[in-house]
Amino acid sequence: MNMLNLKPNLDQPDDFYAALIAAHEGLSDAESEALNARLILILANHIGQADVLTAALEAAKS
Amino acid sequence: MSKIFETPLYPYQRTPDQDASPTARHKVVVIGAGPVGLALAIDLAQQGVPVLVLDDNDRVSFGSRAICFAKRPLEILDRLGCGEEMVEKGVLWDTGRVFVDEDEAYSFNLLTESGHKNPAFINLQQYTFEEKLLARLRALQDEGAPIDLRGKNKVTALADNGDHVRLEVDTPEGSYLLEADWLVACDGANSPTRKMLGHDFKGRVFEDNFLIADVIMQADFPAERWFWFDPPFNRGQSALLHKQPDNVWRIDFQIGQEIDREEELKPEKIKRRLRAMLGEAAEFELEWTSIYSFQCRRMDKFRYGRTLFAGDAAHQVSPFGARGANSGLQDSDNLAWKLKLVIEGTAPETLLDSYSDERVHGAEENILNSTRSTDFITPKSKASRTLRDAVLALARQHAFARPLVNSGRLSVPCTYDGSVLNGPEVSQLPADTRPGAPMKDADTGAGWLLDKLGNRFQLLGVNIAVPAVLEVDGIIVDGLTLPLTDSLKARYLGDVGAAVYLLRPDQHVAARWLAYDETAVKAALRTAIGKG
Repeated sequence: MNMLNLKPNLDQPDDFYAALIAAHEGLSDAESEALNARLILILANHIGQADVLTAALEAAKS
Repeated sequence: MSKIFETPLYPYQRTPDQDASPTARHKVVVIGAGPVGLALAIDLAQQGVPVLVLDDNDRVSFGSRAICFAKRPLEILDRLGCGEEMVEKGVLWDTGRVFVDEDEAYSFNLLTESGHKNPAFINLQQYTFEEKLLARLRALQDEGAPIDLRGKNKVTALADNGDHVRLEVDTPEGSYLLEADWLVACDGANSPTRKMLGHDFKGRVFEDNFLIADVIMQADFPAERWFWFDPPFNRGQSALLHKQPDNVWRIDFQIGQEIDREEELKPEKIKRRLRAMLGEAAEFELEWTSIYSFQCRRMDKFRYGRTLFAGDAAHQVSPFGARGANSGLQDSDNLAWKLKLVIEGTAPETLLDSYSDERVHGAEENILNSTRSTDFITPKSKASRTLRDAVLALARQHAFARPLVNSGRLSVPCTYDGSVLNGPEVSQLPADTRPGAPMKDADTGAGWLLDKLGNRFQLLGVNIAVPAVLEVDGIIVDGLTLPLTDSLKARYLGDVGAAVYLLRPDQHVAARWLAYDETAVKAALRTAIGKG
């Protein structure tokens, strides 16, 4: 069974967060939502493991 | 009782310069007797460089203003001879807590290792900070140091004449002229000097307004930095609580973009906000209130000909992170020894360009961190707010989200990576003390390391003998050989047996080696004074 990692795992959290916000700059609300959706799908594909994705969905819902 | 910031501490006095013919010439004129101007003047005077400070006022900061002073500036103040008084008076703290709504989401501790003389942070009102700098200035004057401070002396016109700057100074008794070999503008974010010389001050303006209410009250909150996102007493906004000496508490409310300034500053309105936070029964007295908004911006360069800019005059950040006064003190730390060598003629004028390069690097770092914190605290788009709120929601339950919570990344010392003054790097030695880095304090077994360093070039032999004195191009390098202790080993050797460090007068590392080599040391010293 693969485990969802909920411990800090980003080398430079501030750099990542700034890049994420920058990706949304100048977008309309609808464009931002679409960007987030694409990003989720890309990251989900990268993870690939169904049990991890199920656990991630649960963590996000709770 | 009149407050210290309502008392003229350096009242106007007529000086012979006002009747001088020809016009009096000074080596260094500093404009502005705030934390940075005073620190620079003290630094120069105690190194024997004559300095004159002009200020359009005659008293210390009105209100508490800058209150958080970080470890590195405290080390600089130790070198200036007034750090211990600051720490003794200040409120020591190292823990920050972040609350979301009513719950604590995250806490951090800034004290990551032992073996340092100074604490991670102290809180001290800016007026007390300046009062102690003034006391140090007066003590230097009593010892005969060449330092002069003139209140109610307002510079109204400036001209850079190539080999000096000409100043017109207005006083209660009319105006007079002065000449300065070097001029340093420490006259704050609205720097009249910068405006008179027509230099740009570019960057980002943030729309949100913040209300500072410094209150005097008996309260038993701990000496910690408390920050709230979306608290019940300030819905949809942020708030900050911080302890200062003498029962003064800094309370800072985010109050939004479109506000009625006059209405928000009414004491009754402020007291309503405070009662919502502290409880209806809370007893307090307002000491100082102010509304501010942020700008994150800087000048392109901090040197233009014979004029240098330092502190808020050169760069401005948001207050979340305590990177304003703390970076200004690192400016004066960087500038004083360079001015001294240039004035003495032992270093070329271009050494002063390295002041600009190194401190622009510091300002960039501060602006980057400050901008990110401000974007997190006051998201400027719906998408940005959605992501911010998601981080806050996840942070309560999941550790991974906590490093993303940004309520201010607090001031850390600047390492001058890439500076032209740096000597060669030796990769076997610990990265934290690489060329360009400030020396890390350590227990030497016979006192604190940093108490032995500064104000001149030094050669430090860690577990290896170095010559007691070395002369290079008219500059004396003092040798200091230290036996090994645990903290010296960890911070200066790592896995090797011995090392030699060349140190600048501002306690930054110029170069380092695994063994003593006179030729290499002399070459590195020339590089460190801009002759490389």
